[in-house]
Amino acid sequence: MSTPVTTASPAAPAGTGGPGKSAPRLRGPRRYSVNRPKRSVLLTVMISLLVIYTVVPLIWLAINATKTQSGLADSSGLWFAHDFALWDNIRDTFTYDDGVFTRWLLNTLLYVVLGAGGATLLAVLGGYALAKFDFPGKRGIFAMVIGAVAVPGTALAVPTFLMFSKMGLTDTPWAVIIPSLVSPFGLYLMWVFATEAIPTELLEAARIDGAGEARTFFTVSLPLLAPGIVTVLLFTTVATWNNYFLPLIMLKDSDWYPLTLGLSVWNSQAETIGGQVIYNLVITGSLLTIVPLIAAFLLLQKYWQSGLAAGSVKE
Amino acid sequence: MRRTTGRLLRGLALLSTLALGATACGGSDDDSGQKAVSAGDIQTALKKGGTVNVWAWEPTLKSVAADFEKKYPKVKINLVSERSGDKHYTALSNAISAEKGVPDVAQVEYFALGQYALTKGLTDLAPFGADKLASKYSPGPWNAVSEDKAVYGLPMDAGPMALFYNKKIFDKYKVAVPTTWDEYVEAARKLHKADPKVFIAADAGDAGLTTSLLWQAGARPYKVDGTNVEINFADPAAKKYTDTWQKLIDGKLLAPINGWTDDWYKGLGDGTLATLPSGAWMPANFVTGVPQAKGDWRAAPMPAWTKGDKASTENGGSSLTLPALGKNKELAYAFVKYANAEDGVQTRVKQGAFPATTADLQSTEFQNTKFDYFGGQQANKIFAESAANVADDWSYLPFQQYANSIFNDTVGKAYISGTKLTAGLKAWQDASIKYGKEQGFTVK
Repeated sequence: MSTPVTTASPAAPAGTGGPGKSAPRLRGPRRYSVNRPKRSVLLTVMISLLVIYTVVPLIWLAINATKTQSGLADSSGLWFAHDFALWDNIRDTFTYDDGVFTRWLLNTLLYVVLGAGGATLLAVLGGYALAKFDFPGKRGIFAMVIGAVAVPGTALAVPTFLMFSKMGLTDTPWAVIIPSLVSPFGLYLMWVFATEAIPTELLEAARIDGAGEARTFFTVSLPLLAPGIVTVLLFTTVATWNNYFLPLIMLKDSDWYPLTLGLSVWNSQAETIGGQVIYNLVITGSLLTIVPLIAAFLLLQKYWQSGLAAGSVKE
Repeated sequence: MRRTTGRLLRGLALLSTLALGATACGGSDDDSGQKAVSAGDIQTALKKGGTVNVWAWEPTLKSVAADFEKKYPKVKINLVSERSGDKHYTALSNAISAEKGVPDVAQVEYFALGQYALTKGLTDLAPFGADKLASKYSPGPWNAVSEDKAVYGLPMDAGPMALFYNKKIFDKYKVAVPTTWDEYVEAARKLHKADPKVFIAADAGDAGLTTSLLWQAGARPYKVDGTNVEINFADPAAKKYTDTWQKLIDGKLLAPINGWTDDWYKGLGDGTLATLPSGAWMPANFVTGVPQAKGDWRAAPMPAWTKGDKASTENGGSSLTLPALGKNKELAYAFVKYANAEDGVQTRVKQGAFPATTADLQSTEFQNTKFDYFGGQQANKIFAESAANVADDWSYLPFQQYANSIFNDTVGKAYISGTKLTAGLKAWQDASIKYGKEQGFTVK
């Protein structure tokens, strides 16, 4: 969850400015507001460092994706080599080993659509029910969900493997999809979001007008939940897209590998006797792998931010 | 030898090794009454058809499998080409102990064969007629796959060692290519003095290299007879190795770079590393991993421990085996034989694999092959001679995989601290003995 939560911070320095009437200023009156906070050198420096820290690896990746295998060893990591081989690399990435990269890409998409999509669906249904219905045992469920958020998925991978092994599900796509369907954090987020975003009065009004529960949910609640749904979808998509350990222990057949595993196989060819060393394709493949995620973030930025901010302000 | 990353995995590998070791001495039911399988039985099976699941990382097997399927259309080879090293053995051991999903054919390196053979994890191939293939293979690999009358796999490739050296660097500083290990130390000093950036080789502690060099020096640190094991790194032959290597370590003449990393490939390309003592399978990795140094490198025979001595040694190499719990044994054996003793060998040699079969090693076509990468050198002549000069009385531990995993905690210290190499080897010996005893071996 390495998402920048910077959107919430502008509220902080607002108080320091204050209304302009009391303090006389040399260069005319200047008002600080939430939208125009006072400049802070320290904060600027810290944010700049953070930007460098996050962006440099991406720049490195983009630059090195333009190099050939020999260019990689010959040139400095942070500047281009003499030959520009990005297009060749991209073509080779897709054609190497009978186009297995495409297969891995489709696998990843399958896991994301079914796994992350399913996880989001379950989180929306569960979160809505927990937020808007009263039933016995709700507190217990709350404790369980909070507890589950604290357990990293990696810790559950091995027990899950043993269980799936008994059920004969290992080495099938289901072994990756089924565990991905559970997202305690998504459920918690949906719960909080639904509590805030759907006024109970609205539901009561709908019920009085004679709408059934299903209709109320789909026509009244669902549109109100949209920003939250997108947020959860992004969370689960990132988690599934980047999932490495679970497929690593579940899958044996490389035909079912997602991109993360596939790239590590390519990388380990360099450690194999007689294996082809293809660091250039590993790097280009990595770049291609993160492009869809970056695109998803940029396109859905609006929802992402409003979703994160939900629940942070009491109205 | 090979390095694999991922601590979690290493932990898993260890766990499974432990689990495997624990089962090692449980059952002692002897099933030597295995029935012989005739050539006719195999032909019938091939006509009937079926699927063979193969776990192997050897890249050349892909086209061999395709050829085999073409020849026997009813047989399907399901080749799961996967990662080498620890990950492979973890998966294999897990499958065997779970008795589920065990492949019909598995690639196993020579050093790990003993472990699987002893735990009855592998099928004895002698009843299939594999014992009659002995004369086809070089002595080193055959010794590795056979034990008394049992044959636990067919050798796929071999790694007779040679000294790869960067001719450009040696020419530039007018240093002669060493023919003995004493000259090697001298060359290391001269090169490093001429240019402090140049190291004679990269070695940050590598169990595979150390055991190979001990093998060449004539040391036999491991003596294995069933479950009776003897470990001793203190014989006079081992001293030849420790004395020499201690000089290289003390003079800081070895680059502290781990093998198979990107740093290592970079060092091979930019002249940092002047030599690489390695197996004959290395050219393929040179071609794709270090394309920028094409023409700079050459192969030479391994330096001798005493002048004029021709003894060579092996590094790496693997076999194809039939796990005991696998199915379709006749088909599996037919495939293994095709890949490692029949037409498959030629297919694989053409793609750069180094054969373990003497006929291929001695063929003029093979020996006259010119390596563009090595400036047109007929390097196979050197490799083939090395293969013929490997002493065949070496054995690895039945728990070599575990022993190699603790190499860096024991011998590795000699590379980074004041610990002497002899003390490091002693620590390795003690730790290996302790582990062996815990597993129920009689260890001395």
